[in-house]
Amino acid sequence: MIESLLEEQKPVVEIEDVCVTFGQQPVLRDIRIKIVPGQTLVLLGESGCGKTVLMKTVIGLIKPNRGRVLFDDQDINTLSEKAMSRLRLRFGFVFQNAALFDSMTIGQNVAFPLRQHGNHNPHRIRELVLARLAEVGLPDHVVYKKPAELSGGMRKRVGLARALIMNPELILYDEPTTGLDPIMSDVINELIIRTRRRNPVTSIVVTHDMNTARKVADRVIMLYPMSRLQEDEPQIIFDGSPDELEKCRDRRVRQFVNGEAGERLMEMRAAATPI
Amino acid sequence: MSTEISVNSPANGGQKPGFGRALYEWVADWGRIVIESVIALGDFSIFCWRMISWMVSRLPQRETIFPNLYQVGVLSLPVVALTGTFIGMVLAVQSYFQFSQLNLETRLGAVINMTLVRELGPVLAATMLAGRVGSAMAAELGTMRVTEQIDALAAMGANPIQYLVVPRFLACLLMIPTLTVMADFMGVAGGYFYSTLVYDIDRHYYWSNSASFVGWFDIFTGIFKSLFFGAAIAMVSCYQGFHCAPGAEGVGKAATTSFVYSFVMILVLDLFLGIWLDKVYFLLFPQGVTLF
Repeated sequence: MIESLLEEQKPVVEIEDVCVTFGQQPVLRDIRIKIVPGQTLVLLGESGCGKTVLMKTVIGLIKPNRGRVLFDDQDINTLSEKAMSRLRLRFGFVFQNAALFDSMTIGQNVAFPLRQHGNHNPHRIRELVLARLAEVGLPDHVVYKKPAELSGGMRKRVGLARALIMNPELILYDEPTTGLDPIMSDVINELIIRTRRRNPVTSIVVTHDMNTARKVADRVIMLYPMSRLQEDEPQIIFDGSPDELEKCRDRRVRQFVNGEAGERLMEMRAAATPI
Repeated sequence: MSTEISVNSPANGGQKPGFGRALYEWVADWGRIVIESVIALGDFSIFCWRMISWMVSRLPQRETIFPNLYQVGVLSLPVVALTGTFIGMVLAVQSYFQFSQLNLETRLGAVINMTLVRELGPVLAATMLAGRVGSAMAAELGTMRVTEQIDALAAMGANPIQYLVVPRFLACLLMIPTLTVMADFMGVAGGYFYSTLVYDIDRHYYWSNSASFVGWFDIFTGIFKSLFFGAAIAMVSCYQGFHCAPGAEGVGKAATTSFVYSFVMILVLDLFLGIWLDKVYFLLFPQGVTLF
């Protein structure tokens, strides 16, 4: 199904043979992914497998050691700083801990991209900010509050409102439900779905949460940590629809989907045992 | 900077290594330090170059520059003024005895004021700025790095160097001359009041001697040097904040390191600028001015 979609539509994001290494530690190896417009891709994988690194590579926050990332046929790593800044206006990024600016109020946080790049008057900016906050279910009066005064769920929703304010073509969610209670997690999942329905956006969601993957994904890719791979093994161990994920027989995929510790406990004990 | 030392590791049974091996390890360790230092210097130079290129291509917005000017200039004034006053008085205390032995008490003003405007005023103002503002900048930017706020800025199409570093650099560059003038003024005042009120030195001769020996070039020297100190403090502190290691420990280390490196930079710059400005002085005034 994914292959047929890729054949029909021209990809908006193309990740070509991307390798990222931090010092001596390889994090990503020969990652090759094409994402078509309107698709919601969920990147699954255990902690430390490079999901967030891959997502930051997509928007040029991390430069790959090898390979390239194309957005709308532009190699983002060959762009100048100024051209990159302009291109990033087409992206929205929802950070794991929201990454709201502590020194600003919620209103100033959400309005930040508009003030930086738009030429709207203050009245129009206020209207847009309130509309975006209302979309994520936040009342008007939060605009005067500081991020520290909000709960984790509210901060995530403010982060989403800020990411949406410029009507991006590509939205990236970094672990949007981590640290939230099940109800608030579902609220965030619903907001991701609603955002996609309202605007024809392409989304990449990095998560550990299988509920999120089942609920929001058109396509799921699972990465495996480099430290557990052999030289010739591909790092992407699954690429398909959520239904195909449920039917996948790969032992590593099943272990993640079912949340089983398996041999890991034994490995950890062996590593901790003094010689 | 992690160095693996395998010399006394259990792998060689705790035996002492041979001289050749120890020499090899020693050279390798120093080689690693040199390579890392060169990389850090290159990284710092690129950081400075990017800051300068953003500064000349696009001036910062008012809402980013004014809070920094306030933070660096207005909020640093009391502490700089207080330090300047006490240093002026301390100079009077330390110099009085020697000058009184030579019956040259009235020349005290020349020594105190010359020392203040050429050296202590700018160096003290810069040191206070490095401690009060530089560390705070490194800690603030470090926290922003750790909590992904700098990544968030970049993700929203704002260049973090243009948005965060340029205003801080300009604030330090523009405010440090005023802080230096304040340190000079308060130091001169402190030295004058202590000398005339406590040591009962004649006010007229105190001032006339000061006026004979301290010229406009001396005042210019101090203010000119302070510009370099301000630029160094801003660049070092912002660089440390931007390259902060993760966690609370990383932020603390960035703040401490920024002060230490800024202080070293101030002293090194002071020496080389002092030598160069002396040459300029003797080029302009070949006969010079002598105290005695």
